[in-house]
Amino acid sequence: MSATENGHSDMDEAAVVALTGVSRRFGDHPALDDISLSLHRGEILGLIGRSGAGKSTLIRCLNGLEKPDTGRVEIDGQDITPLSEQALQPVRRRIGMIFQHFNLLSSKTIADNVALPLKIAGQPEARRRARVMELLDLVGLADKAGAYPAQLSGGQKQRVGIARALAPDPLLLLSDEATSALDPETTHSILDLLRSVNRELGLTILMITHEIEVVRQIASRVVVLDQGRIVEEGPVARVLATPRSETTRSLVRSLSPMLPDTIAAQITPTGAQALLRLDVFGAQARQPFLSQISDLTGRPAHLVHGGLSDVQGEPFGRLFIALGTADPASVAKVVAAMTPLSAGVEVLGNVPSQL
Amino acid sequence: MSLPSFDLLARGLWETVVMTGVSGFFSLVFGLPLGLVLVTTDRGGIFEATTVNRFLGAIVNALRSLPFIILLVAVIPLTRLIVGSAIGIAAAIVPLTIAAIPYFARIAEVSLREVPQGLIDAARAMGASRWTIIRDVLVPESLPSLVSGFTVTLVTLVGASAMAGAVGAGGLGDIAIRYGYQRFETGTMLAVVAILILLVSLLQWAGDAVARRIDHR
Repeated sequence: MSATENGHSDMDEAAVVALTGVSRRFGDHPALDDISLSLHRGEILGLIGRSGAGKSTLIRCLNGLEKPDTGRVEIDGQDITPLSEQALQPVRRRIGMIFQHFNLLSSKTIADNVALPLKIAGQPEARRRARVMELLDLVGLADKAGAYPAQLSGGQKQRVGIARALAPDPLLLLSDEATSALDPETTHSILDLLRSVNRELGLTILMITHEIEVVRQIASRVVVLDQGRIVEEGPVARVLATPRSETTRSLVRSLSPMLPDTIAAQITPTGAQALLRLDVFGAQARQPFLSQISDLTGRPAHLVHGGLSDVQGEPFGRLFIALGTADPASVAKVVAAMTPLSAGVEVLGNVPSQL
Repeated sequence: MSLPSFDLLARGLWETVVMTGVSGFFSLVFGLPLGLVLVTTDRGGIFEATTVNRFLGAIVNALRSLPFIILLVAVIPLTRLIVGSAIGIAAAIVPLTIAAIPYFARIAEVSLREVPQGLIDAARAMGASRWTIIRDVLVPESLPSLVSGFTVTLVTLVGASAMAGAVGAGGLGDIAIRYGYQRFETGTMLAVVAILILLVSLLQWAGDAVARRIDHR
């Protein structure tokens, strides 16, 4: 491993993971196609894509459960692609992983499940016990130490999965669709737990998901994968607000409010007033849009539908505004004024004056 | 209808229990590892070695395809070599064991294959060695199913040991043939049948109870 070839470590001291030109084919099907990306110490990176995009193959390359055909996978500066199954074991002991279906051992108690990675690492029994109780405390399941996984709910099982993944004090936590089998409320509490683990322990987390909502709630940076390629990458707030690829746009669509069908059905070319879609994001989202528009047209503007959500502390959302006039000159003036203030403006058509 | 002798039946039961117990013990000691080898050397297994897998699979299939009564006489030279005689309980245990090992190995293989791949992946992701995966994942996770499979093996051995009786091995099968069938002692025949039913029921009940007790799924 020469220092000159090892560009990532030189440029990016803080990279916990660095992938360079990783490709993997299954038969004729390219699961991963020339993937390069890095994970910085302490960040939560969201990796999103539809099923079959190659997310699981990618995450499995990071702990050697899957070997890429070409490319380098560096964990903390060490290329793990040439390592044998045995040589991978110490690397894997530094990487925690949580799974969609939890993968807890049904034959072991909760405490023994959490203790397994410590047992694998060769820790003595007494120290294991103390550490297990500490971890079960952290995930709020100290009273379940003697229970078996079958006696727990899905959310509790995932908490055990997290405790188990954290047991050996890992360098990196891999989350493979960890909330996909959970209901929204439980998902929220699991994401809260992961966020607090990230903040308090400074743990680097890679979250694989097909749910943009998960990315919105927890990630600071997002990578969008489609057919084995990275189609978009950037800070979550930027990517969600101004998606550049078609895949991202369609994934993000579910985050923004949709125009209700009853209103959409009333859109005609001849209605009394124009209907505007305004996508907003960041500080600009807090402007007095309605009064600004009214000042331009001289008519009262109405908020017909819309909503804001929070991305990394920034407002992000979509508003549907009826302008009170269909006059093309006024509408053009409004569009021109709003364009620099928003992440996207579109005149959807005209609607009746009474909606 | 003459009453069967209690001593005769007690001795027959004891001989059947010994034949079943000893060959059952060997089927566990050799069959479980063989089952583990069959699972772990298969394609995608943790000790993937498909040539070894196919070779062992062929041997297991060959032994499993022989009807027990034929195996019994076919291995007589081997039996003589091991126990010095082809007649008696010890002599019957050799073919019983040879039949039971591949039988239980296949049953164990099915049980071990039921362990979800996700659990094996989870253990690998933790950095577990392959022996740890066997000891802490494969065997404990399939244990309830392995116990049920071993119970089936023991019940099958009770039946097979009765066949061994036909070539002079003793046991309940021997009594049923010589007294019940050849001497027309219907009472003895019925008593043997009743004892066999009780023995098998007891084994099944005990096996089910243990399997239930250790099952936390």
